[in-house]
Amino acid sequence: MPFLGGDARTARWVRGCHRIRDNGGVALYRDEGVVLRTQNLGEADRIVTLLTRRTGVVRAVGKGVRRTKSRFGARLEPFSHVDLQLHTGRALDVITQADTLHAYGESIVADYSRYTSATAMLETTEKIVVVEKEPALRHFLLLIGALRTLGENTHDPRMVLDAFLVRSLAVAGYAPALEECARCGARGAQPSFAVHAGGVVCSVCRPHGVATPAPETVRLMSALLRGDWEAADASEERHRNECSGLVAAYLQWHLENGIRSLRLVERA
Amino acid sequence: MYEGAVQNLIDELGRLPGVGPKSAQRIAFHLLAAETADVKRLTHALTEVKERVRFCDICGNVSEEEECRICRDARRDGAVICVVEESKDVVAIERTREYRGRYHVLGGAISPIEGVGPDDLRIKELMARLSDGQVTELILATDPNLEGEATATYLARLVKPMGLKVTRLASGLPVGGDLEYADEVTLGRAFEGRRSLED
Ligand SMILES: [Zn+2]
Ligand SMILES: [Zn+2]
Repeated sequence: MPFLGGDARTARWVRGCHRIRDNGGVALYRDEGVVLRTQNLGEADRIVTLLTRRTGVVRAVGKGVRRTKSRFGARLEPFSHVDLQLHTGRALDVITQADTLHAYGESIVADYSRYTSATAMLETTEKIVVVEKEPALRHFLLLIGALRTLGENTHDPRMVLDAFLVRSLAVAGYAPALEECARCGARGAQPSFAVHAGGVVCSVCRPHGVATPAPETVRLMSALLRGDWEAADASEERHRNECSGLVAAYLQWHLENGIRSLRLVERA
Repeated sequence: MYEGAVQNLIDELGRLPGVGPKSAQRIAFHLLAAETADVKRLTHALTEVKERVRFCDICGNVSEEEECRICRDARRDGAVICVVEESKDVVAIERTREYRGRYHVLGGAISPIEGVGPDDLRIKELMARLSDGQVTELILATDPNLEGEATATYLARLVKPMGLKVTRLASGLPVGGDLEYADEVTLGRAFEGRRSLED
């Protein structure tokens, strides 16, 4: 390529072009995502944390969204599933366009127990998918599935949450052992549940002071993990409560008690 | 980094909401260059606000006395209570001149993700105010965003057995926004057209 010769001006020009092209590739991108959290920034801006389908977790600025006349303030509320256009920024990306795909918030917020369950989902997602801009498609699909189910109000919100939590943990590689002893692998139903051992344990492996849940409770957790709603819906209230307690303990153990909103989740 | 006192000031200013490091530095140097008398007035205002201003025993609004100006005003309608998140919302609603009832300031909105639950807000105080049967209408004027809506949903469910008229400000307010950003006309209209939350 002769024109690259020793000419400094040409070299600069070529470098310049390269830079522009590079930026052209990353400066503007489009994705769809669910708003996990918003934080006020300055007078009228908001930092929006999203889990997107292709890019994973993205933190971006929505400019002027708290003002009355903002074009997309309402679309950037937690639980919203939006189609986005973003600008890559130095520290944070900037949202240049947002269109609503599903406004899950509307039906969720109309019922307080749905709201607290859904909030725990968002917080868990944010704590499990920790690395920004690393694709997390299965978490994304799990989240929109759970929000849709909650909005449809077809199952107990608390069970929708518990199903979401065990499945999120499973996707992250922490599926609880429910069909065999978490320590020795002995097949079949086991009498105890040891949070730090990773699931049910047999009477030989059983550490001191661990929970001994009803067999129905373990079966319910297993149904929630598999997504077997027919079995889950047929469960009794006391087993749902016990299951919630175990799922919460298991989640908090893996996430080092990081989920604040879990304390405020209420039963339907 | 600057020397002692200047850096101290920048650090303190930087803790204020909405003030980033750059603004903190700008304000600090503005103060350094300002007249001593101007700065004295500012420090006086700061000390005074902490010494004299407190929260109204009844409604939780900012007040210089045990009870705020609105709670002491006998002309205000005691049968209606308008529930807001912050004192600044009282100011915004007062500006509309549409409302003649009383207020209840919650001190925020329910936000599970920030660890703020119903017990962290002045909800017990509200329930106590409602218990004597004088109040007939409760207007839920929490922010038109998700947390404000959730707080309204919670309150509506909580007071349901009391048989009050429970209303929510009408649409037209910026969804996802803060109440304080709504202009007087919009907010006034939202008040006039408030809708009942009873099913
Ligand atoms: Zn074993
Ligand atoms: Zn008062």
